[in-house]
Amino acid sequence: MAANQETAAAVKNVEQYKYGFVTDIESDMAPKGLSEDIVRFISAKKGEPEWMLEWRLKAYRYWLTLADEEPTWAKLIYPKIDYQASYYYAAPKQKLASMDEVDPKLLETYKKLGIPLAEQAILAGVAVDAVFDSVSVATTYKKKLEEMGVIFKPISEAVHSHPELVKKYLGSVVPYTDNFYATLNCAVFTDGSFVYIPKGLRCPMELSTYFRINEKNTGQFERTLIVADEGSYVSYLEGCTAPQRDENQLHAAVVELIALDDAEIKYSTVQNWYPGDADGRGGIYNFVTKRGACRGKNSKIMWTQVETGSAITWKYPSCILQGDNSVGEFYSVAITNNRQQADTGTKMIHLGANTRSKIISKGISAGHADNTYRGLVRIGAKADKSRNYTQCDSLLIGDKCGAHTVPYIESRNPSAVTEHEATTSKISDDQLFYCLQRGMTQEEAVSLIVNGFCKEVLQTLPMEFAVEAQKLVSISLEGSVG
Amino acid sequence: MALLEIKNLHASVAGKEILKGVTLALEPGEVHAIMGPNGTGKSTLSNVIAGREGYEVTKGQVLLDGEDVLAMAADERARAGIFLAFQYPVEIPGVTTSAFLKTALNAKRRAAGEKEIDAMEFMKLVKKKTEALGMPYDMIKRALNVGFSGGEKKRAEVLQMTMLEPRVAILDETDSGLDIDALRVVSDGVNSLRAPDRAFLVITHYQRLLDYIVPDHVHVLANGRIAASGGKELALELEAEGYAKYLNAAA
Ligand SMILES: Nc1ncnc2c1ncn2[C@@H]1O[C@H](COP(=O)(O)OP(=O)(O)OP(=O)(O)O)[C@@H](O)[C@H]1O
Ligand SMILES: [Mg+2]
Repeated sequence: MAANQETAAAVKNVEQYKYGFVTDIESDMAPKGLSEDIVRFISAKKGEPEWMLEWRLKAYRYWLTLADEEPTWAKLIYPKIDYQASYYYAAPKQKLASMDEVDPKLLETYKKLGIPLAEQAILAGVAVDAVFDSVSVATTYKKKLEEMGVIFKPISEAVHSHPELVKKYLGSVVPYTDNFYATLNCAVFTDGSFVYIPKGLRCPMELSTYFRINEKNTGQFERTLIVADEGSYVSYLEGCTAPQRDENQLHAAVVELIALDDAEIKYSTVQNWYPGDADGRGGIYNFVTKRGACRGKNSKIMWTQVETGSAITWKYPSCILQGDNSVGEFYSVAITNNRQQADTGTKMIHLGANTRSKIISKGISAGHADNTYRGLVRIGAKADKSRNYTQCDSLLIGDKCGAHTVPYIESRNPSAVTEHEATTSKISDDQLFYCLQRGMTQEEAVSLIVNGFCKEVLQTLPMEFAVEAQKLVSISLEGSVG
Repeated sequence: MALLEIKNLHASVAGKEILKGVTLALEPGEVHAIMGPNGTGKSTLSNVIAGREGYEVTKGQVLLDGEDVLAMAADERARAGIFLAFQYPVEIPGVTTSAFLKTALNAKRRAAGEKEIDAMEFMKLVKKKTEALGMPYDMIKRALNVGFSGGEKKRAEVLQMTMLEPRVAILDETDSGLDIDALRVVSDGVNSLRAPDRAFLVITHYQRLLDYIVPDHVHVLANGRIAASGGKELALELEAEGYAKYLNAAA
């Protein structure tokens, strides 16, 4: 019934559009390829207001002009992507009837991660009838959040319920002209989260821990917008340690964070998309644009990411430090195994006076994988007495993988101080033997050493996430030695 | 049956034969000391027993309780109860001594079908063991062996031994680099583990250690073989006369 109403509403919306529309709105899947029609189809499916559609179309038309500007500077090798060969809208997948139909290997991994049975079913895409505790917990918390004035909902809903906020902030940190993938996202984004924390509120719970299992399948072109109003605080968790599969190879998410005066946003990600098989077949291409604006004075944005999945990771969560005394931090663990490639890092753009940034990056490569840290620290002319501290450590497992560090530092203010430290090390046979001699298996030994190597980053994760992330680190390196 | 039995063991490193027929039997409860010139193969013997890669065993056997040790992987040997206190313990950056100890202890417990140690119990145990070895408790918060002084590294080896309570402990020059007080403390640590069902193989260059850890047997390893065996008096004799006699005899 609800689905029918939704469709009806969508159709009604379609009628208002100035331009023609040829794709059948009843269909659950848009045809292959990208065109204005597809953009309209997606917008219609979501019953979006006209301004939203106009924004998407503006982005789409701009994207067409970028045909020759697909980024090639990253240290990544992959065949040219045929954007007309992808699907840009598909309704959620058919559920599996029972746990018996789930790939046993996937269940094995869930078990190792210690994911509760109820969540396992949801993650694996099994149809669930019963109301689980975690779901009712989620509902309870949602109500509490509402009472406190927190807005936390799918962005597709926020477009309707809070158009003034969405209009004001969407694209204000990552404009539709930003880069090839971000522009594509603006045109075709499917859904994502919208968060608004009202003035002075310290959001008492981590957003999305309780909700992650209820999230719709919005993996491919996710769009997230988080606004922390003056003096507020929020910790947001994205992703999931459980391995996630997706039929769509191309992912291009955009995340925008806005911190006003004295506000703080802590954004933690665990990314574990399908990395492809040991020979590099399949696997997700993850081209993500994440950026936060410390718009107000004394504001703070802290990114923590644990990147273990995807065949290709292209991702630079950044901070624009506009407000005086604002702080940007970036903590990253990127693990590549087998044939995975990651080119990831951050940009810290210091504009305000006395702004501070800190970058801690831990790259781990095993197998035939390549791992690049790429970071920019830019100190603007007005950023008096600003400071940056960067530390990039690489750990190699085996001798067929690569680690690269590409730091860019640009300073236009002589009173600013930047510090950069970098190390590269290897897990030695002596270290492994030492651990084995104490009764650990190869895998326990690698896990112990690698977890020690990235401890500083994992510690910044919210408690329960940190424990899962540690296990994830071990699991992603299984089979990397011996 | 001997607890650890080494029979006619031949082993080479990088194509060069180092052990040329070592035979040795450690009965339960015994402490054996091995002395011998530099480069004669004492560490090679310990590494071969512990299962380090890069050593080729060309002949002979090593048996633990009659079980073929050489057929086991290094970690299996450790879980079966073979412990090696390294001559040169490696540094493991980022891994706290405490995390390392806990992982090792749990590996052993799991193999024995026991459940993992809980945090409180672990802390109590470490506290007790570090105190006994005169180590500051805070030491376990530091990365294993990283920045440890020579003597601290050796103490950390003994700490691991007393935590893991192996069946056979091989101490490869654990006394070198220890100051006089440390030597006593470490020896006390070893002596406290002496038990009817446990055996020790103590490699040392100094007879002084054997004043503290009194051995049942002393062996001279020279030219890849046990060139002589005797009681504690053999160590005193070696100290006085050196190894010349054995080197010439074996050559
Ligand atoms: N990886 C290797 N490659 C080549 N030679 C080696 C290797 N490892 C050991 N050796 C050689 O084997 C011989 C025995 O070495 P080992 O370390 O067992 O002596 P040791 O008796 O323990 O000496 P020390 O008393 O100095 O500790 C030495 O000549 C050493 O150089
Ligand atoms: Mg030696």
